[in-house]
Amino acid sequence: MNNKIENFMRLDFPSKSCNESFSRAAVAAFASQLDMNIEELADIKTAVSEAVTNSIVHGYRGIKGIIHIECRIFGDSITVTVRDEGRGIEDVKRAMQPLFTTDREGERSGMGFTVMQTFMDKLSVESVYGEGTTVTMTKTIGGEADADFGEI
Amino acid sequence: MQINTEIIGNTLVAKLFGELDHHCCGEVRTAIDREIDKGRIKNLVFDLDGVSFMDSSGIGVILGRCKKINELEGRTLIIRARPQVDRVLELSGIKKILECG
Repeated sequence: MNNKIENFMRLDFPSKSCNESFSRAAVAAFASQLDMNIEELADIKTAVSEAVTNSIVHGYRGIKGIIHIECRIFGDSITVTVRDEGRGIEDVKRAMQPLFTTDREGERSGMGFTVMQTFMDKLSVESVYGEGTTVTMTKTIGGEADADFGEI
Repeated sequence: MQINTEIIGNTLVAKLFGELDHHCCGEVRTAIDREIDKGRIKNLVFDLDGVSFMDSSGIGVILGRCKKINELEGRTLIIRARPQVDRVLELSGIKKILECG
């Protein structure tokens, strides 16, 4: 790609479940300036939906808070960061295991992180118990990572 | 999300329209469970042709209904899933435990 795009956007919204569809649509609209196919765009949308839903269902369970999204486009890659100042995750490694959920009654599938991992190229989860969680995920459009792609 | 339910014989056909996420899985659960709890049906068909988006919250709600149908010794079937929905279904492994058409 000759013309490198560098762009970013930020989004702050309250942890209401009606904002799940809004936030994934907003990220998809921003991401669509990259030349990607429908499947890649759907992957980003699904991963964002999982991260935002986690913040609402787990991070801010029973409390109100703000969810922060930051998107950065660099070259052929898009990095999406979803951050909350909620409860945090006690054991990130355990939380990322497929089918693990702390919310059995709510019929949660325990597949959120698995979806993010599968549909994006890179995923990192940083969490401080009692302080919040930051999920950072990157997808490179067209498969291979760009040679100039530096730090996230 | 719009949910249309139709009973054919002892099978409940639930046609869903819109985006199936955490925000609307409660109303899907309520609408389908209302019909199951009446005790007239045994099998359940999820018609997902109208579902333009689904995430893992949708898996949770489908699995939950599937468990109820299993208790009735009935069958659960998913039909007409679009590509994005199918990708989430595939990843979840749900296709191994119920029928997909």
